[in-house]
Amino acid sequence: MKKLINSVDDFVKESLEGMKAAHGDLIDVNYDPFVVYRADAPVQGKVGVVSGGGSGHEPMHGGFVGMGMLDAACPGEVFTSPTPDQMEWATTKVDGGAGVLHIVKNYSGDIMNFEMAADLGRESGVEVESVVVDDDVAVKDSLYTQGRRGVGGTVLMEKIVGAKAEEGADLVAVADLARDVNANVRSMGLALTSCTVPAAGSPTFELGDDEVEIGIGIHGEPGRERIKMESADQLTDRLARPVIEDLKLNSGEQVLLFVNSMGGTPLAELYVVYRRVVQLLDEGGVQVARHLVGPFITSLEMQGASVTILRLDDEKTRLWDAPVLTPALRWGV
Amino acid sequence: MFSVAQAVAWVRATAAVVEEHAAELTKLDSAIGDGDHGTNMNRGFKAAVQRLDGLEGDQDFGSVFKAVGMALIGKVGGASGPLYGSLFLGMGKELGDAAEVGDERLAAALRAGYDSVVARGKAQLEDKTMLDAWHPALEALDAALAEGKELGPALDEAAAAAETGMKATIPMIARKGRASYLGERSRDHQDPGATSTHLILQTLADVVNGR
Repeated sequence: MKKLINSVDDFVKESLEGMKAAHGDLIDVNYDPFVVYRADAPVQGKVGVVSGGGSGHEPMHGGFVGMGMLDAACPGEVFTSPTPDQMEWATTKVDGGAGVLHIVKNYSGDIMNFEMAADLGRESGVEVESVVVDDDVAVKDSLYTQGRRGVGGTVLMEKIVGAKAEEGADLVAVADLARDVNANVRSMGLALTSCTVPAAGSPTFELGDDEVEIGIGIHGEPGRERIKMESADQLTDRLARPVIEDLKLNSGEQVLLFVNSMGGTPLAELYVVYRRVVQLLDEGGVQVARHLVGPFITSLEMQGASVTILRLDDEKTRLWDAPVLTPALRWGV
Repeated sequence: MFSVAQAVAWVRATAAVVEEHAAELTKLDSAIGDGDHGTNMNRGFKAAVQRLDGLEGDQDFGSVFKAVGMALIGKVGGASGPLYGSLFLGMGKELGDAAEVGDERLAAALRAGYDSVVARGKAQLEDKTMLDAWHPALEALDAALAEGKELGPALDEAAAAAETGMKATIPMIARKGRASYLGERSRDHQDPGATSTHLILQTLADVVNGR
């Protein structure tokens, strides 16, 4: 393992220290327990939007804290859910009197920890609503599994819902919009290489030089099937077609297309993927009205990419365009 | 009889056993999960021991198990934190301010802890989770005590049943947690949670038997 890490135990803390040093104008960091929060929190009268998850997905979630997006993010250890004390601290810190929305990715650990935190938050008098993101079409949504995972759609939900909260919408409206986004966004990803969790010291799974793992999550967990390497267009089709199919997109509809790097895949390759998805959507008469391309929800240094498509309507388009000022996303200001 | 001193010794010994087996737990988790179970459990039980070091004066089961449960919830993370945390909180709630209890009360407390884990995780038997080690162990413990066996030998039977349950997870297809995403590919792997459960119960048997 070759990483720019001083010690495994201090990795998350030192990374947060660097983030605070770089973006102290936008965010502040609490170290016990770990919480990244808006420097001007709490914003009075505004619904607080809190998310969290394991570290190793940067810039998600800490990089999305700031005006127009998240009020706080709870970073866990690498690929490990944060704990209820972090979420409770964040919830209390950002409550401006209008309640707090928890955005939770559908992983058993995240769900259980956020449930415990919501219980604790309500005990201390904060109104808390929770919304679960489960946009990964690689996983069959069935009674017999944990259900679909929360992946790329999380980033888009945090932006759009954050903008709605910034406008002054109440907790019910913000939570309803979050569920609406979840119902209209789907994703799928692939890995060309595995990744190494610092505390483990060796790759999470083995993948041969000529192999691709299709349908991965974001925690270095293996996907649904392993295949021999193919061309970029063939691999892109394997991601985009199930997403388009699951969304049941109709000719004439507008979408936001998000092509994401798992951390180790360069922008140049993402554009090759992006180009192919646009071709596929074109064939179906679907117009890409907004886009996001880059590493926004990653799996450490993993090479790979994911494709996320969000069905747009006027409100979601307007909220996507609304001003945002965070370490990782900023426009309109 | 089971005393608070034995409960504390159990947690301390578990911390040492988990540290010893951390790499093995992580390896099992890498195969069908996200490769952090050993690291997380090791961090959590170390924190639990620190909490116990910080407790002053005479303790009862309630305060000891609550301290351990809160440490695990706060430090393990993932799904194992809330699950094992709920186990100890459930046991503490059941035994309250007692400092020594009869064998059946201990068995009832383990059962109460198990019920808390079920309530938190909402898994069912044969979902390939820690429940598949817990459930046969508790059944074996109850049966052995009903036959009039002493606590030590009864816990040995429970630990043996946990081991059998742990191994029985190997051919199962996971239906809960991150391993469930693998579907058929989760077969032929031993569940890491069932494995740590076996370690915890084996350690309890060892402590009570003075090993």
